Amino acid sequence: MEPKLTVSLSPHIHSRNSIDRCMWNVIIALIPALAVAVWTFRTDAVLTIGVCVAACLATEWLIERFLFHRPCTLANGSALITGLLLAFNLPSILPWWMAVIGSVVAIGIGKMSFGGLGCNIWNPALVGRVFLLISFPAAMTTWPTGVSSGLTHFSGASGADATTGATLLATLNSGNGQIGLDNVDFLGMAVGQMNGSLGEVGGIAILIGLVYLLCTRVITWHIPISIIASAALFSWAFGGNPLLDIFAGGLLLGAVFMATDYVTSPMTHTGQLIYGFMIGFITIVIRRYGSYPEGMSFAILLMNSFTPLINRYCHPRLFGRRKKK
Amino acid sequence: MKLKSFGKGGIHPNPSKLTSGMPIIEVGVSSEIRLELAESIGVPSRCIVRPGQTVSAGEMIAEAAAFVSAPVHSPVAGTVKRIEKVRDPQGFWREAVIIATEHIETAVDEVEAELSPRTQEEVDALTPKEIIDIVGDMGIVGLGGATFPTRVKLSIPEGKKAEIVILNGAECEPYLTCDETIMCGYPDRIVAGCRLIMKAVDAPKAVIGIEANKPQAIATFRRYLKGCDDIEVVKLRTRYPQGGEKQLIKAVTGREVPEGGLPVDAGAVVDNVATALAIYEAVYNRKPLTQRVVTVTGPLLRKPGNFMVKIGTTISTLIEAAGGLPEDTGKVIAGGPMMGKAMSRLDAPTTKAISGVLVLPKSMSGRHPEEPCIRCAKCVSGCPMGLEPYQMMNLSIMKRFEEIKDLHVLSCLECGCCSYVCPSHRPLLDYIRYAKQEIRKLPK
Repeated sequence: MEPKLTVSLSPHIHSRNSIDRCMWNVIIALIPALAVAVWTFRTDAVLTIGVCVAACLATEWLIERFLFHRPCTLANGSALITGLLLAFNLPSILPWWMAVIGSVVAIGIGKMSFGGLGCNIWNPALVGRVFLLISFPAAMTTWPTGVSSGLTHFSGASGADATTGATLLATLNSGNGQIGLDNVDFLGMAVGQMNGSLGEVGGIAILIGLVYLLCTRVITWHIPISIIASAALFSWAFGGNPLLDIFAGGLLLGAVFMATDYVTSPMTHTGQLIYGFMIGFITIVIRRYGSYPEGMSFAILLMNSFTPLINRYCHPRLFGRRKKK
Repeated sequence: MKLKSFGKGGIHPNPSKLTSGMPIIEVGVSSEIRLELAESIGVPSRCIVRPGQTVSAGEMIAEAAAFVSAPVHSPVAGTVKRIEKVRDPQGFWREAVIIATEHIETAVDEVEAELSPRTQEEVDALTPKEIIDIVGDMGIVGLGGATFPTRVKLSIPEGKKAEIVILNGAECEPYLTCDETIMCGYPDRIVAGCRLIMKAVDAPKAVIGIEANKPQAIATFRRYLKGCDDIEVVKLRTRYPQGGEKQLIKAVTGREVPEGGLPVDAGAVVDNVATALAIYEAVYNRKPLTQRVVTVTGPLLRKPGNFMVKIGTTISTLIEAAGGLPEDTGKVIAGGPMMGKAMSRLDAPTTKAISGVLVLPKSMSGRHPEEPCIRCAKCVSGCPMGLEPYQMMNLSIMKRFEEIKDLHVLSCLECGCCSYVCPSHRPLLDYIRYAKQEIRKLPK
């Protein structure tokens, strides 16, 4: 008797890569930054992260269950990442109900309103963050006291000292401008002794995450490196200090974890370099000339909007392309 | 030192070469041989025998019916029983000649005694035209899997010039080891075949491209070719689809075949090492192409190996020779796992195209459910031709074929890298194939 055989088209083997594997690798890469956040902000960090993650998971589950009538996809980790990244973009002492609103907006409007995973135009966590920033500007820029601002012995016109609740970039932006470089505690900044959003304070921890993502081939170098390089270039060109611009604020967090979001970034390497370059440029312009001390969220969201256009004009080089006559 | 390879894209699947280094085992002649008439790409050959007629081993039973067509020869002495439609490995009905074998044991030896091989002087006296005619008459087709008639490949179009002959020993498909086996076993015959190709196409030099995971084959050729300066062995970085014609030319010469062009547009003629061996046998020993080495392999097979098989032997005979079909078999593939075709039945005959028979257990036979595209761009960076598979699949679902054509879909070589790397298990290549089929139907 003839055996029953499966017939399908080639290829008959698969790399065994999966959405779940990509997402859980991102979560592993976020662990160092998570550890620094908890170390710097203690219980406040744990609470805010917990609330955001729980709210994101719940929102996704409710929408899939009662609106989409689709099977539950929480296990693929994408809602968990959105929750973590949103929390990483919030001040540790933000009231918990604001964090919940941010999570509902991030998942509900930022992701599910477009059709769920893979369909959104903007990075969901940033949609949540910017919604909160515009709705509650005061709360979103109130930083805990008792955490170093990143300055060692600076005393400006407002009498700020090392323990006021202000971020380094906010201090710069409010006109206390000319800080001597020797006043900035770079080493402390790099390891997390800096005021700011939860996830952005540990520069070194974020870079460890970057190395992990590159080694596991979840992302390629194109987006993070082009953002960092272009931010450094324009910071220098506009008379700033490149190192300060890279380590202060959310630039590293954005470059490594937010701008590299698969769904909202361009498909070709050329496109990714243009995208990264423009994010770096817009960030520095906002930091220098805008009224916000931070520019990363807006820069990424703006360039997310341009991603379809970049995809339209940046195609990979065709093998054996004939030269135009 | 950085090893040579093709420019962009590609993947590195687990080689799984279970049968590497195993000797070639002869498979006995079965009592019935089924020869398909459509043994090559192009027009099926025209049958020239009648039922009841006796044929000798090596006799032509079907002649080339057009320029792109190849004759078929009987591998055994016997009687033509029927000419009828049989199912091919994929289950399609194909015209075939069925021959009942006589003198099962003596068939091969008798033939070899009858034909006196050409001496080196006689071979040297052959003109390029005569070599090409012999290659055509002996039914030689590309043995890498495409079965393109070799006579056509060696006939360089007017105004073009072949500068280099490339022998394809990359064997980038996982599991397959038939090329490796003959490279280790017959370096002398392959090199002689290579010189015949060089003479036929008037190319001054040749390169044998072998991937780095076959060190024994590389060493064998290097030893044999010591002192030769017209034929060179190039060690290539192990990477799929290195054995693709255009990829191999790029890897060896750095030149790209223009879109829609032929290898000779980049000054190259590419032939598989197995084809070179067949050319040697045809020219020196006057033997038509009636047998080939087939790797029969799979994780569960009891005796996987490399078998010398008469064309027309049923696939089930091959599997019996490798220890029989395992209990848990889910899929049997003609060829390798990346580009091979799944078979629906095992009573189909071996054809010139079959380089391997891969038996996969049930656990490796299914596909994962498809998930939404997360636009990770892995298919774009994995494509060796610089295409955008994700976009083609989306357009193919929407049946927007004109737009897919503008994305150069006809450059796709169907290597399967896109489907292989996709973390969402999307069947990208299935939709691309569908689009290619529909585009060919469009009015020009």
